[in-house]
Amino acid sequence: MSTPESLRYAATHEWARKDDDGTVVVGITDFAQDQLGDVVFVELPEVGRKVVKGDTLAVIESVKTASDIYAPVSGEVVAVNDALDAKPETINESPYEDGWLFAIAPSNEAEYDELLDAQGYAATLDEG
Amino acid sequence: MLRTPLYLKHAELGARLVEFAGYEMPLHYQGGINEEHLAVRTGAGVFDVSHMAEVRVAGPDATAFLAYATLNDPARLKVGRGQYSMLPNDSGGVIDDLFVYREGEDEYLIVANAANRHAVVSHLEGLAAGRDVAVSDETDDWALIAVQGPSAAILLDRLVAPDLTEVKRNATVLAQVSGVPVTLSRTGYTGEDGFEVFVRPIDAEAVWDVIVAAGAVPCGLGARDTLRLEAGYPLYGHELTEATNPLCTDFAWVVKDKPFYGREAMWGRDCPRRLVGIRMVDRAIPRQGYRVLDRDRNAVGEVSSGTLSPLTRESIGFAWVDAAHVEPGTRLWVEVRGRPMAAVVVKPPFHEA
Repeated sequence: MSTPESLRYAATHEWARKDDDGTVVVGITDFAQDQLGDVVFVELPEVGRKVVKGDTLAVIESVKTASDIYAPVSGEVVAVNDALDAKPETINESPYEDGWLFAIAPSNEAEYDELLDAQGYAATLDEG
Repeated sequence: MLRTPLYLKHAELGARLVEFAGYEMPLHYQGGINEEHLAVRTGAGVFDVSHMAEVRVAGPDATAFLAYATLNDPARLKVGRGQYSMLPNDSGGVIDDLFVYREGEDEYLIVANAANRHAVVSHLEGLAAGRDVAVSDETDDWALIAVQGPSAAILLDRLVAPDLTEVKRNATVLAQVSGVPVTLSRTGYTGEDGFEVFVRPIDAEAVWDVIVAAGAVPCGLGARDTLRLEAGYPLYGHELTEATNPLCTDFAWVVKDKPFYGREAMWGRDCPRRLVGIRMVDRAIPRQGYRVLDRDRNAVGEVSSGTLSPLTRESIGFAWVDAAHVEPGTRLWVEVRGRPMAAVVVKPPFHEA
């Protein structure tokens, strides 16, 4: 199971990546997509929505179950990955690249820095 | 946790294992539920269903006993044939749904759900008291392997001596696979042609290996559930429960007009709600427990099962709904995460082989 060093992680299995313009791009980890199995449906937030860290922002449904996806940082949704509507399985195939879910313009820079690094996230998986 | 005789095969194949009815069972293998589902619709899949319970009922009173204890009529069965049936309780519901095989004039083998094994055995034992019939739990004496799909019969036919293409639906035949004695029954839970293979636990791995080597795709409980749902089959605990009257479902054909245990509470009763098929119009997946609403947003029912059909990519399910909303074509709404999503009542099956 891969957990790229360049990303930050939430214990609830979201990854976050801060781009050069300060936007935080969010998806689910390789571990999470593997646990879910075949993803068949994704419900994404509306662009412009204001969110607080921990809000339910998206829902990913696999064949068996529906899972909530939480905002790892507070801010405003500035982009969503509409391509997932037609190809939700992209989340299984490319969880860290093409399978990204949404991007947030953060309102509190500190929240990103507080997320787990790859090692810290991997440690939560070992405990589980 | 319990394991079936095929547990090591699942581990070897990299299955995602989950707890089901006390057993550690494969949810799916490496290809995933959708791929396994489509393998069964287009070719052949193989399932370990050894967790299912087997109960033998034998003795001079066996036929009369089962005619009373079950909803279908075993007296209609020729030896070597099986029938879908249910075990009624005394309050109008069902303890389990079953497959009943007549193995001899006075001998039956019942296949029941793993989760209901002990309830079924103790209920039958209780009813058998004072009758000339013996009830014995043979669950641990059998492994059960289902081979399902349009090419299942051809695949198995190459492995055994008897001509399987001649075997009728719900009929059983004795055979040998690689020298191992098995009983093949032409039945299944997928809506496709196929066989269920009864084999002794010690021989299970050998039979599984030969079937997989012949090209059947290993499939887990996940695909088993999506396949049965597309085929319009009920799952105990969802569509059938201790509290649901089977006469209020499309499976009412099982219930024959004869004396049976609990008849008073089941027969001729009103159906305030009926079980219907639903297909989503809006993009959402119905799940067990979701509320069903009418045009005015009144709660008129509840989803009992739902999934996205791997075959048609439509969202389908079963729901219990008030009698006023059961006509095919009726527009309903399913409350998904607080939002009403449009659906329509349809008559299952959602897919026909």
